[in-house]
Amino acid sequence: MTRITARRRHPLARYAVLLLALALLGVGYAAFSPKSQSADAAIASGKVDDVKAGEELFKSHCLSCHGPEARGTADGPTLVGVGAAAVDFQMSSGRMPATTVGAQVPRKPLPAWVTQKKIDQIAAYVQSLGGGPTVPSKDQVDPAKGDPAKGGELFRANCISCHNWAGAGGALTQGKYAPNLNSSSPAQIYEAMITGPQAMPVFNDSTITPQQKRDMIAYIVSVREQTDPGGFGLGRIGPVTEGLVAWIVGIGGLVLAAIWITAKRRQAND
Amino acid sequence: MSTETGNRPETAEIPKAVSGPSSYLDERIGAGNFIRRNMRKVFPDHWSFLLGEIALYSFIILLLTGTFLTLWFKPSMGHVIYDGPYAPLRGVMMSEAYASSLHISFEVRGGLLIRQIHHWAALLFVAGMMAHMLRVFFTGAYRKPRELNWIIGVLLLTLALAEGLTGYSLPDDLLSGAGLRITQGVAISLPLVGTYVSFFLFGGEYPGEDVISRFYTLHVLLIPGILVALVTAHMVLMWVQKHSQQPGKGRTNMNVVGGPFFPSFALKAGSYFLFTFAILAGLGTFAQINPIWLFGPYTPADISAGSQPDFYMGFLEGSLRIMPAWEINVLGYTLPMSVIIPALLPLGLVMTGLALYPFIEQWVTGDRSEHHVVDRPRNNPHRTSIGMSAITFYGLLWLLGANDELAANFHISLFAITRFGQIAIIVGPILAYIITYRMCLGLQRKDAEVIGHGVESGVIKRLPHGEFIEVHVPPAEDIEAHMRGKTPIPALPDGSDEKGIPPKGMRGPLGRLRGRMSRTYGGEKIPMDQPHGDDHGAHEEIGEHEEHAAVGATGEGRSLDR
Ligand code: HEC
Ligand code: HEC
Ligand code: HEM
Repeated sequence: MTRITARRRHPLARYAVLLLALALLGVGYAAFSPKSQSADAAIASGKVDDVKAGEELFKSHCLSCHGPEARGTADGPTLVGVGAAAVDFQMSSGRMPATTVGAQVPRKPLPAWVTQKKIDQIAAYVQSLGGGPTVPSKDQVDPAKGDPAKGGELFRANCISCHNWAGAGGALTQGKYAPNLNSSSPAQIYEAMITGPQAMPVFNDSTITPQQKRDMIAYIVSVREQTDPGGFGLGRIGPVTEGLVAWIVGIGGLVLAAIWITAKRRQAND
Repeated sequence: MSTETGNRPETAEIPKAVSGPSSYLDERIGAGNFIRRNMRKVFPDHWSFLLGEIALYSFIILLLTGTFLTLWFKPSMGHVIYDGPYAPLRGVMMSEAYASSLHISFEVRGGLLIRQIHHWAALLFVAGMMAHMLRVFFTGAYRKPRELNWIIGVLLLTLALAEGLTGYSLPDDLLSGAGLRITQGVAISLPLVGTYVSFFLFGGEYPGEDVISRFYTLHVLLIPGILVALVTAHMVLMWVQKHSQQPGKGRTNMNVVGGPFFPSFALKAGSYFLFTFAILAGLGTFAQINPIWLFGPYTPADISAGSQPDFYMGFLEGSLRIMPAWEINVLGYTLPMSVIIPALLPLGLVMTGLALYPFIEQWVTGDRSEHHVVDRPRNNPHRTSIGMSAITFYGLLWLLGANDELAANFHISLFAITRFGQIAIIVGPILAYIITYRMCLGLQRKDAEVIGHGVESGVIKRLPHGEFIEVHVPPAEDIEAHMRGKTPIPALPDGSDEKGIPPKGMRGPLGRLRGRMSRTYGGEKIPMDQPHGDDHGAHEEIGEHEEHAAVGATGEGRSLDR
């Protein structure tokens, strides 16, 4: 037997292989997972040709569910009065056009035809149908202009009951869930607050002022960009993963050590 | 070892490092003999005997790191405005306790590392204790004369949970506040005394201003003090009673086979301490734990998704979460069953069950003899099954404590998980019992087969008349000795005398139940040596073992008479 084969048969070898495989998987995932879209929304405008173009796009992509003039069908709610902000949020996060029917339409990569320009056109069309909240300006959602500490307090008071303290998300009833906030753009965060998608309540400007919204955006962005000072963040979901690590790495590692320490020396003539 | 040449045969074995100081002390206080004897104390070599040491070393590390933390921690709920280096909290109103924890994390040199090591060590302390306890349970090492040490162990575990709970609450962050809120909810739901207990603990209305400083005293003074005393008692008893050991070659109820304390075991224990420390330091460096700055300061109004206690409290969380909302109204008082039952029942069940098990087993088997050779788990199938169903019960509750994380991360409906939990918590332990029992018997049968027919050698032999058979050879000597360590589980005598009257103590319904349980629990389920002609000469080996027990003068395989 060559030395390598002997090593390969070593009792610890398969753990080493497993570890290696996991590490590779992790690196691969990190390299190929989609980065957050920087969908800095342009200002929704009510230009006439945008509305016209938007109507055409709506007819070909949205009408089947939301019905003529977006008055709603059994497959989709009415969009009259939801506003450009709702369209921008739903489309820039890939939720709309919906493809699956489940408890909740998930965030997904944008279809090839969806560009910011086309989103703006559909948004303008929906806005023209019955008004509603508009897309926030660049300045309104600029994290650099917010105060993260103030935003943090508002975030804890209003959002973490669903989205968790670090925006890692959480479960709601009936198969619904509050998603993690890792890939939401500042504009999407703002729009989520003013349109209240799905099970999320609406936080209008009288509950939380635009300035406060910017503070919250500053907090969410700064916390998610922060490198964890204590090492690997373990998903930032708290004691559940910590307990798993304590058992698997801690007890697991120490049991291996104990087996090794107490192993009988193999005699040469064995 | 070649220390001496001539005329001191009894110390010839002892290394200089021991003989030096011990004779020094001997000449002055006459304690040399004591030291010499104890340095040669024999410790068995089996990895599972080191599990308790994980807890011991974690505890030492907890004491050291904890002391470090007390130098900066301020156990006060007084309000301050944060102006430290962590920007997302600057200008936020918080308690001094929380602010000083942030100070330790971000400003004290090495503070975050020590804080993280302390927390990881706390998890490993409890986990190590649980693993250690399971090994003691499944091998029956708690039997006479070690029942007292078992009771001490159960007390240690209970205190460790209390120590963990109080420690977890100290930083006064949002997450620990949620835990505190539940503690208060449980306290106040106690019948009759609830309000008083809650007021006493919190010094008035919840959350009050006192609870952190009270918990601090408990956490750094009272509970650790008791823990140190109990751990010492635990160690002294273990030392005096000597170790139990796995059945095997030359091991009897009258001896201990293993290496001497010095140098062999001391080296192993020393290196194991270093291993434990290395793992804890590694975790403390590379894995973030309890990031209180992300949670934010505690305010009673805020509550986060994914609020969880540390793992050892997870089973209580789980039982709270699967409990249907029941309330009982008695004479105008509301007894919130949905809080009392889940908070007290599993804890009571697990801890009381643990504490009483040795005595219940004694009562059932009527076994009052000493045991120093432990059982292999398969050889006491009912005990092993009871243990496994308890693990299933605990494990399921623990899992369900994380039902929201399961739902969110695996996209399962929360309701479905909870309903599953309500059913599984009853069915699961029963299934575990049945499956484990079957497996134990199967394994015993396999042992009996190995003893009876030997092991397959891989050599195929062709007999003169053309039939092929595989040659079986007797098992290796040490393996066979390990298997033959099995003894029938004691049971009460079947009872009835000639007239059919059961003996005293076994009359009446309780006595009859005891008799029936004893017959089920005890006895030999699968006998080792079934009569079957060719015996491959397995029997002669036993004689050799006895001899080996008496040899043991050199190297690792020593033995001492009790
Ligand atoms: C497969 C059917 C389907 C298609 C196609 C579809 N939607 Fe939807 N849409 C839904 C459903 C169902 C909902 C409500 C559930 C939800 O929000 O998750 C919804 C919700 C919305 C909302 C949010 C309404 C509110 O109250 O905030 C907007 C805005 C929206 N859709 C826009 C669009 C646009 C624009 C398109 C075309 C690009 C589109 N949808 C295509 C099914 C569809
Ligand atoms: C009652 C629970 C609830 C609360 C409270 C809540 N949310 Fe949400 N949030 C949701 C749900 C559910 C969704 C998913 C909506 C969907 O997928 O259509 C969501 C989605 C979002 C998204 C979009 C995530 C994405 O995938 O891009 C953002 C951003 C967001 N919320 C921010 C907030 C902020 C900021 C607050 C506090 C002001 C808040 N939420 C409070 C339930 C909640
Ligand atoms: C502070 C926590 C604890 C520490 C530091 C600790 C440490 C130890 C150590 C180092 C040993 C000797 C090595 C071994 O047998 O593994 C031991 C023996 C023992 N422990 Fe513990 N232990 C703790 C908790 C417990 C618990 C929770 C139980 C059971 C409920 C328990 C029951 C026993 C028994 C019965 C023995 C004697 C076993 C034998 O001799 O085989 N201990 N303990």
